[in-house]
Amino acid sequence: MKELSIGMLLAIFEEIFGAGLFWAMVICALVVIGLFVLLIIRDKGLIAGRFLWSEITAPIGALAAILFVQIMTDSGFKDLGGPIDLILLIAIGCGGALVAPMFTYLLLGLRDSRR
Amino acid sequence: MDISRREWLKLVGQATAIATSGSLLSRAAAAQTNARILILGAGAAGAALANRLSEQLVGGSITLLDPRPEHWYQPGFTLIAAGLKPASYSISQTAQWLPRSATLLSEAAAEIDPDSQTVTTIQGRKIAYDILIVATGLRLDYESIEGMSLDLIGTRGIGSVYAGPALAEKTWQLLDQFTQTGGHALFSRPDTEMKCAGAPLKYAFITEDYATRRGTRDRITIDYCANNNSLFGVPIVSEKVRMLFAERGIDTHYNHIMTAIDADRQIATFQTPQGAVEKSFDFINVIPPMVAHDVVRQSPLPWQTGPWAAQGWVDVDPATLRHKRYPNVFAVGDVAGVPKGKTAASVKWQVPVVVDHIIADLSGRESVEQYNGYTSCPLITKIGRAMLIEFDYKNNLTPSFPGIIAPLEELWISWLMKEVALKATYNAMLRGRA
Ligand SMILES: Cc1cc2nc3c(=O)[nH]c(=O)nc-3n(C[C@H](O)[C@H](O)[C@H](O)COP(=O)(O)OP(=O)(O)OC[C@H]3O[C@@H](n4cnc5c(N)ncnc54)[C@H](O)[C@@H]3O)c2cc1C
Repeated sequence: MKELSIGMLLAIFEEIFGAGLFWAMVICALVVIGLFVLLIIRDKGLIAGRFLWSEITAPIGALAAILFVQIMTDSGFKDLGGPIDLILLIAIGCGGALVAPMFTYLLLGLRDSRR
Repeated sequence: MDISRREWLKLVGQATAIATSGSLLSRAAAAQTNARILILGAGAAGAALANRLSEQLVGGSITLLDPRPEHWYQPGFTLIAAGLKPASYSISQTAQWLPRSATLLSEAAAEIDPDSQTVTTIQGRKIAYDILIVATGLRLDYESIEGMSLDLIGTRGIGSVYAGPALAEKTWQLLDQFTQTGGHALFSRPDTEMKCAGAPLKYAFITEDYATRRGTRDRITIDYCANNNSLFGVPIVSEKVRMLFAERGIDTHYNHIMTAIDADRQIATFQTPQGAVEKSFDFINVIPPMVAHDVVRQSPLPWQTGPWAAQGWVDVDPATLRHKRYPNVFAVGDVAGVPKGKTAASVKWQVPVVVDHIIADLSGRESVEQYNGYTSCPLITKIGRAMLIEFDYKNNLTPSFPGIIAPLEELWISWLMKEVALKATYNAMLRGRA
């Protein structure tokens, strides 16, 4: 490949998911992160109890993300062939392990604010 | 035809100067023109060219000729023939990829006259052009294999991944059956230039992998017949494939060129240095010789001497893809007579180069953009793994992610690229965005 620009990457992601879904996903992600930050600001820091519960979802999120990629791509754990594959697998897992707790923390925060 | 490149540049420059006087360019990079650009073929190269050109040109006209209303995403054929995608995975409508400002005529070009700068279609329509881009891809010459015809595909163990989405799916049905029952599988590649030279190898690997997964490997023998004394045009890759074939128990034969097939007896004949050799098969992936389409071969555009003259590839400068004798003619994609470059990944690099040369011509400047022969092929070695092979004219490996994705390693990440990223990148390329 000659070059890989941000514009090209965006175009590729738009093709993978369809432009509508892709940008909806980007907006959702931004909203979740935004709400998460707002929650932390409102509560003046992370609430320990909520944080603990949400942390428990991290491994579930990691596994779910990894399995999702494998199911969508006709491939499995046995196909890992080199270090980069392991790094990629860990990165996908980390993604899931980050998103799931954040999301859970947010839900718990919303539940608490309802009360 | 003896207008020199310099004279031609001057002419176009003058025409552009007249056209642009008194009006401002609407985009920084755009060139104002009244040039008539004609693109033959609206496949991977044609569609990408039309989009990029329409982005960068103000005025002028872009016309495409292509008789096939369907656009085929050909790298998907391998996945269809591997049973992982349906035939519809590779099919879309040509018109959906083209810019609104371009005109698509569903007619095949029948005659190219670069001296009078006209192209005549099969329907007899004569179209004059200022700039011609030949992007007609190539012709699969099944008829040159004695006894072979398209209607045999899907019967008598005869498959052909190359023949189109529907026939790739039929090939999968045969492979599916074969890897359950067992027998002898035969793979080969033609003795001409070919698109995606990795595809014949991929399918041998996929067959072996299915048999292994299904526990029928011991009931299956696999022969791979190379046309010359290597398995791949890039020596270091050829060596790697040789090692992998040995490891997977795929028997390799060199200097075997398939010349005939007897469907009833399930026998293929190969021309070898020792004379004709017959090989029986229960499953075969026929990959026919590949040549330029007749409209190109019968025009003055191909190489005039050497092996490429017979195959009809257009005689262009390998760095600029500009015709060596007709400076207002370019060839992009499979039809270009250059040593490498018959992949969609090559088209992705070639298109911006050619567009820049055309815009430069129309703006009276000189372009320095060059194509280095970049060719790429995610060489599937089993379902779930591939080697991301990238190289240039000099047979150098040119990895896009050096130090991160090793080209000669069977990797999951390279498989993900083939299965997830390749079609998306291809589509983005068609739209002129990648
Ligand atoms: C099985 C297989 C696997 C492949 N795998 C890969 C891969 O993994 N990676 C990769 O990068 N590439 C791969 N390729 C190669 C890639 O698909 C081609 O290199 C690419 O499509 C070339 O683009 P093109 O525009 O030159 O030709 P095409 O995309 O074939 O388009 C040519 C167009 O010209 C039209 N045409 C033909 N004759 C005429 C005429 N007389 N007048 C007007 N129009 C005409 C045709 O209808 C067609 O639409 C693969 C190809 C195959 C077959």
